[in-house]
Amino acid sequence: MSDAVQDYAHEVVHEDHGPAKGLRRWLFTTNHKDIGTLYLWFSFLMLLIGGSMALVVRAELFQPGLQFVDPQFFNQMTTNHGLIMVFGAIMPAFVGLANWLLPMMLGAPDMALPRMNNLSFWILPFAFGLLISTLFMEGGGPNFGWTFYAPLSTTYAPDSVTFFIFGVHMMGASSIMGSINIIATILNMRAPGMTLMRMPLFVWTWLITAYLLLAVMPVLAGAVTMMLFDIHFGTSFFSAAGGGDPVLFQHIFWFFGHPEVYIMILPAFGIVSQIIPTFCRKPLFGYDSMVYAVASIAFLSFIVWAHHMFTVGMPLAGQLFFMYSTMLIAVPTGVKVFNWVSTMWRGSMTFETPMLFAIAFVVLFSIGGFSGLMLAITPADYQYHDTYFVVAHFHYVLVPGSLFSIIAAVYYWLPKWCGKMYDEGLGKLHFWLSFVGVNVTFFPQHFSGLAGMPRRIPDYALQFADFNMLSSIGAYVFGFSQVLFLYIVIKTIKSGEPATGRVWEAAHGLEWTLASPAPYHSFTHPPKVVLAEAHS
Amino acid sequence: MTKTVWGALSGGLATLACSGVALGDELNMPVGVTDVSRKIYDLHTDILLICVVIGLVLFSAMLWSIVRHRKAAGYEAAQFHENTRLEIAWTLIPVAILIAIAYPATRVLIDIYDTGGEDLTIEVRGYQWKWQYKYLDEDFNNTFGFFSTLTTSQDEIQNRTTKGEHYLLEVDNPLRIPTNRKVRFLVTSEDVIHAWWVPDFGIKRDAVPGILNEMWTIVQEPGVYRGQCTELCGKDHGFMPVVVEVLPEDEYDAWYTERVVAEKVRREALTRTFTGDELMAEGQRVYNTFCVACHQPNGQGVPPVYPALAEGLVTTGPRDRHIRTVYEGLPGTAMQAFGRQLDARELASVVHYERHAFGNNVGDITQPRDVINLMEGE
Repeated sequence: MSDAVQDYAHEVVHEDHGPAKGLRRWLFTTNHKDIGTLYLWFSFLMLLIGGSMALVVRAELFQPGLQFVDPQFFNQMTTNHGLIMVFGAIMPAFVGLANWLLPMMLGAPDMALPRMNNLSFWILPFAFGLLISTLFMEGGGPNFGWTFYAPLSTTYAPDSVTFFIFGVHMMGASSIMGSINIIATILNMRAPGMTLMRMPLFVWTWLITAYLLLAVMPVLAGAVTMMLFDIHFGTSFFSAAGGGDPVLFQHIFWFFGHPEVYIMILPAFGIVSQIIPTFCRKPLFGYDSMVYAVASIAFLSFIVWAHHMFTVGMPLAGQLFFMYSTMLIAVPTGVKVFNWVSTMWRGSMTFETPMLFAIAFVVLFSIGGFSGLMLAITPADYQYHDTYFVVAHFHYVLVPGSLFSIIAAVYYWLPKWCGKMYDEGLGKLHFWLSFVGVNVTFFPQHFSGLAGMPRRIPDYALQFADFNMLSSIGAYVFGFSQVLFLYIVIKTIKSGEPATGRVWEAAHGLEWTLASPAPYHSFTHPPKVVLAEAHS
Repeated sequence: MTKTVWGALSGGLATLACSGVALGDELNMPVGVTDVSRKIYDLHTDILLICVVIGLVLFSAMLWSIVRHRKAAGYEAAQFHENTRLEIAWTLIPVAILIAIAYPATRVLIDIYDTGGEDLTIEVRGYQWKWQYKYLDEDFNNTFGFFSTLTTSQDEIQNRTTKGEHYLLEVDNPLRIPTNRKVRFLVTSEDVIHAWWVPDFGIKRDAVPGILNEMWTIVQEPGVYRGQCTELCGKDHGFMPVVVEVLPEDEYDAWYTERVVAEKVRREALTRTFTGDELMAEGQRVYNTFCVACHQPNGQGVPPVYPALAEGLVTTGPRDRHIRTVYEGLPGTAMQAFGRQLDARELASVVHYERHAFGNNVGDITQPRDVINLMEGE
């Protein structure tokens, strides 16, 4: 079997159709690898920008009192940090990984819709250029939180809100195009023998994520369009004075927003499900139930949105419905975590950098899941809601959750992408700095939240001082250790040791049957897929 | 190396576990002083312990296999990859645990929603960036209200002097309620969404413009209880605390009677004529409470959102337009309609003050009856 695949790999190495030279290569490229690379570098740039904003926030919160920024600018920092991390760093990074990996995992030459692929990437720099430019406008940029609740984001917003609305529209268009491309690729471009239930979990999680994106990005577009009309065309969708309802905004936003948080975690589940079996030298435990669990989580994500709104004053029946449905999510999520642990059980483990990040993902994501379960208990939520406990919760699922999975994926597949190995010692150093940094930053926030510190405040009462100082120190350690990540990646590309085709001793999946670096057009002839090579 | 991280992790978990059981305010949710807050605390403790136990089992299994099932120790990988019975078990057991916690949570929630049978009703209204409390009376004859604004000085906030004990959690007029009586709150907002929260009472509700949200509390223990606005409401979101003083019933009744009398006196003052100095003094007080957050102590504002009042178009222009702007606000901007917050004497004083402060010197005088004639005569 493996011989036959090797032959195809050999055949495509000859360079009759390589990339164009210079800037034109990147501007006009329709190649999934080039576009994947663009997405990944773009999201890393956004990570650094959004991260710098977080460091401004943490600097201000290092001690009580106002030291560095005024409250108005502080609000712009928290708002833009959230928007940039969600829409600019995490989501595009996953799309970048999908671009690089889906054709290689499915045995396809490229994505199904390569020109749209180019467009969906090149919208993003303009969207974020627009968003970031608002910070320099008169009256400042968006300062109403990344959830932009009306009427703070309409009647009381700075003038730049209109640019923010167009920016969101552009990001939405980009995401919709990206997800259509991913669905079309997965459903149409699989090699013979690659049945749905043989697809690697990364592909499965992205297929489901793409449907979530298609379903909810238009809802977000609807919400910002209604804001636009309220601000400029005299409607009152969200203004009580004109017969509208500010709470309607929150329902629409969270109908988008809750699936959105799963959009940021499901591909992470996929990545971790690829990495753990490799370094355990043992097949993934419960492949089928992993697929069903992801599908159940995706379904449930549509019926839990109002758990973000337990304090808006819903009727009792509504509170109970959303409490029960939210608690249910713990079941499929638990199944996934149990399956990962069972995969490790009686494996033959080694602990290379991708595996370290993947194990940290399982542990720290579980902690974020536990605090999520606590938040689901409506009466207790009255005490947690809009405090730092919530901040700790979603940072635990997003940073050591989504972000760690992305970093793990980069270490895991980078040798395949550029044909060179990263420096294992530096990779491990990066892991330990990140691991310690992330916990020192976010664990104390559970305590300050429980003690009563609200979110989104530039200054706080004296009893919260110790935890905030600790949190700020952790944030700087974590932030600067990502510069080390940049150094490691550049060093690998420039001067890493050559990598083998298989890279990892026990790696399974079609991408590992290609040479390293992978040829410009992945599979020009579809490989014949047998179960053993289909997924780990 | 791996062992150290697991050591650190289990240490962290142990801290979390202890904090759930015993440790004080620093690390955990306050138990609070009401029946509801104690029930919430118990729910919180239960769910936290469940999470800690599940976490310990899960992480122990991981730790065991990380230590024992490693290639470096020569461990050969098993090749099993499914077990339907196990999958069913770890689906059904969590469902059972969830039902066990959902039942008490439902009962507490039903209790929280039992708003009937109140002894008194207080309207809580959020403004950018202060709270207004109105003591509603059945026939509205004795209704009075007041604003509750942060008293922490700018010197403390800007680190020019030592911060006091209740830094950012102190107000000029705390809400006062009696012990042992069921107080019903009607929560709403004048501008953006705020949220009113007193952790020790276990109650938090959003203040949404156009909507009246209900909640209630009964406090047995007299004392001062502090909380904060918990919904981002703009620039000074972090500077609008909630302070509630719970008084023994007889003290409360005495205070209430006093306030009803003071309310009558206030209404009579609306027809008096004041001297310029009186107007300036009262105007400065009003300005520093209601206007200073946006228009700044020196009247320079923060253009373009908050325009300067020094040599301002409105503040040095025709008086009627000035009164109207303060009274009705400017729709579509951050300028609120202060006619709904201030009485005629306060409005007249602040208009007079703005026309004669920050270097302005228009030289006219504004009396309460001018405001009433202009705005309510129409």
